[in-house]
Amino acid sequence: MSLFNIFDIAGSGMSAQSLRLNTTASNLANADSVSSSVDQTYRTRSPVFSAVLDDAQQGYKQGSVQVKGIVESQAPVRSEYNPSHPMANQDGYVFHSNVDSISEMANMMSASRSYQNNVEIANTSKQLLLRTLQLGQ
Amino acid sequence: MPINFDSALGIHADALRVRSQRAELLASNLANADTPNYKARDIDFQSAMKMAASGQSTGMQTSHVNHIQSSGGQFNAPAVQFRTTMQDSLDGNTVDEQVEQAQFMQNSVQYQASLNFLGARFQGLLSAIRGE
Repeated sequence: MSLFNIFDIAGSGMSAQSLRLNTTASNLANADSVSSSVDQTYRTRSPVFSAVLDDAQQGYKQGSVQVKGIVESQAPVRSEYNPSHPMANQDGYVFHSNVDSISEMANMMSASRSYQNNVEIANTSKQLLLRTLQLGQ
Repeated sequence: MPINFDSALGIHADALRVRSQRAELLASNLANADTPNYKARDIDFQSAMKMAASGQSTGMQTSHVNHIQSSGGQFNAPAVQFRTTMQDSLDGNTVDEQVEQAQFMQNSVQYQASLNFLGARFQGLLSAIRGE
């Protein structure tokens, strides 16, 4: 029954989107993090989504979504000359994270909208299945 | 006069199955709404129903024991097509969430319509059996 697979598909979508929300929250929390070297600076993290296509059971392909991994942004970090800062290195520089708060907020809204979409799909499928169970009564 | 359930239920049983397969495809489109390079897919309902009504499969027919079964089309698996988008996105994703959600809603209403038709058929059979 195809309708049962929808719960797996919508569930995978929800878990992927909640992971995206998690990384967004971590990015926003670290938006003002500073460090004393480029290597230790917090960089924007974002998940990589990919579709799962398996045609083992059916003649057509069905796709849920999976998170392949989390990548760090390679955008340059902002360095600031501030010798009085407690985290400043020998040359007097501190390094700020490369998190763009505005784009992270947009990312968060997009993730929560997609999450809501998946919840709606699961709800509708549940109603359809319940009505199918009552067929002929 | 024996009652044949297949002819009593008519096309609605097939319609229900195609609807549920389409619902699954639309759900996977929406789950992959943010996946790069994912292409939205859909079933052409009319051709799927034609196929279901005539009992055809998309695979090659075998007429001999030694013929190799083609794995391409299983029985009653409808042909899946890619959706053409109004506007492409940079990451190669062709899912338009609004379109997909509207289609899913339409599909679920039609699924319930098929359910109602099937329920009416069962009611008819029941009253025929009871003879009231």
